Amino acid sequence: MSTADDLDLSSLADDDLVEQMHDDLYDGLADEVAEGVNILLSRGWTPNDVLNKALVAGMGIVGVDFRDGILFVPEVLMSAKAMKAGMAILRPLLVETGAPRIGKVLIGTVKGDIHDIGKNLVAMMLEGGGFEVVDIGINVSADDFMTALDEHRPDILGMSALLTTTMPYMKVVIDTLKQKGRRDDYIVLVGGAPLNEAFAESVGADAYCRDAAVAVETAKAMISARRQHAVPAG
Amino acid sequence: MTDTIISSATRNVVIGFDRPFVVIGERINPTGRKILAAEMAAGDFTRVTEDALAQVAAGAHVLDVNAGVPMADEPAILAQVIKLVQSLTDAPLSIDSSVTAALASGLAVYQGKALVNSVTAEDEKLEEVLPLVAKYRAAVVGISNDESGISEDPDVRFACARKIVERAADYGIPAADVVIDPLVLPAGATNGSGAGTIRLIRRLREELKVNTTCGASNVSFGLPNRHPLNAAYLAMAIGAGMTSAILNPLHAEEMAAVRGADVVLGHDQNCAHWVATYRDPDQDPRRQREGRRRRRAENA
Repeated sequence: MSTADDLDLSSLADDDLVEQMHDDLYDGLADEVAEGVNILLSRGWTPNDVLNKALVAGMGIVGVDFRDGILFVPEVLMSAKAMKAGMAILRPLLVETGAPRIGKVLIGTVKGDIHDIGKNLVAMMLEGGGFEVVDIGINVSADDFMTALDEHRPDILGMSALLTTTMPYMKVVIDTLKQKGRRDDYIVLVGGAPLNEAFAESVGADAYCRDAAVAVETAKAMISARRQHAVPAG
Repeated sequence: MTDTIISSATRNVVIGFDRPFVVIGERINPTGRKILAAEMAAGDFTRVTEDALAQVAAGAHVLDVNAGVPMADEPAILAQVIKLVQSLTDAPLSIDSSVTAALASGLAVYQGKALVNSVTAEDEKLEEVLPLVAKYRAAVVGISNDESGISEDPDVRFACARKIVERAADYGIPAADVVIDPLVLPAGATNGSGAGTIRLIRRLREELKVNTTCGASNVSFGLPNRHPLNAAYLAMAIGAGMTSAILNPLHAEEMAAVRGADVVLGHDQNCAHWVATYRDPDQDPRRQREGRRRRRAENA
């Protein structure tokens, strides 16, 4: 074990290093992931390539194994932490270079509900999936959602609820959007333990996401579908 | 914070507050095991070897070794067993005998800092055993009964524990090297005695500031469906502050209770131990990795 721990990342060729970073993300090794990011940058990789080929691809493996019951919550949280360590280095560089992100997600737990473990997990996995994520926390009212949507102008609105008593509030938020004529400005994804497809449809959401991995897959699929169908601007 | 450090030549195990619970494997003990007793008396240690390896594989942190074979040379056999087990595993040992000469012979050959199992609050026992514990700078299990026997009154058992700790101090043995067994009485024979023991565990931790251990399976003596009952007792006792127990690590229910208690108390960082133990091993892709891949450092 100690011999494997002594691995010198800088001695690896790019492909091997990226593969190693996928493993290190999988194993939740934050320092090693950050080190890998710095090495790739020092070899002239663009921040966007580091993000996509090393971090996003690595978190993709984590997401699939989480979905399939191979990885468990504490492990995914560690992986997300490792990803964040890499992102901390990349984020300012990405802003500087204006590299395009897949899309922007605004996410929160609805009013009356203070549960956030699942919502946080989804937020982290979305970030790991290449999205820009704005997490506006728990107990979010329809008004607060509207204000945040105005401020951040996301592509996707994500809502979470863990209680059967709070999940109907998702309809309140979506109805508010409809009243303001802004429902079609956003892809609306909903999730949480008591929800299902039928509920999502009944409140007027675009999709129900069973878990964090499905949320990433669904977000990606819906963004690309929307972009394909969008009328090209000017 | 009280840490009882016991060691082999190459490995420390710490029994302590706010640390993972320490499992002391009980299997190497001929009491009630006719075949093992016969083998040990004949100098055949096949079963001892198997028991040592199986218990460590099952998650025991420390192994109890007892060579109390009737009509045999217990001091000599115990020394042989200790040497053998120390050659098989780096788990520290609990040297278990009610015969002081056997404890002396075991300590003489032991590599590291042993846990001596045990001394009671009987004056004669204290005078025999504590000098040995002091001489070898070992740790000792103190059983909370005295000449008058095992009291059903937890206050009396607490007084016995205090007496052991104070007498140990007279021999220069710090309280951190005394692990008190508050004595678990069979629930089937002494209705509700478990509640008193749970309170006693808490008192031992808060007032005497000592680590604790117990023979967890006593609680279910004479009852059906023993393992889940032992598990319930273990989880409650750990919640009350018990820091180690002597048990059979091959029993899944008891081990799940211990590991579960560690998770609940936050003594299993990131639930890493729980997940590693209970994930379907065929599902772990890390197993398919070859040597080149890094592995997460064990959470000590």
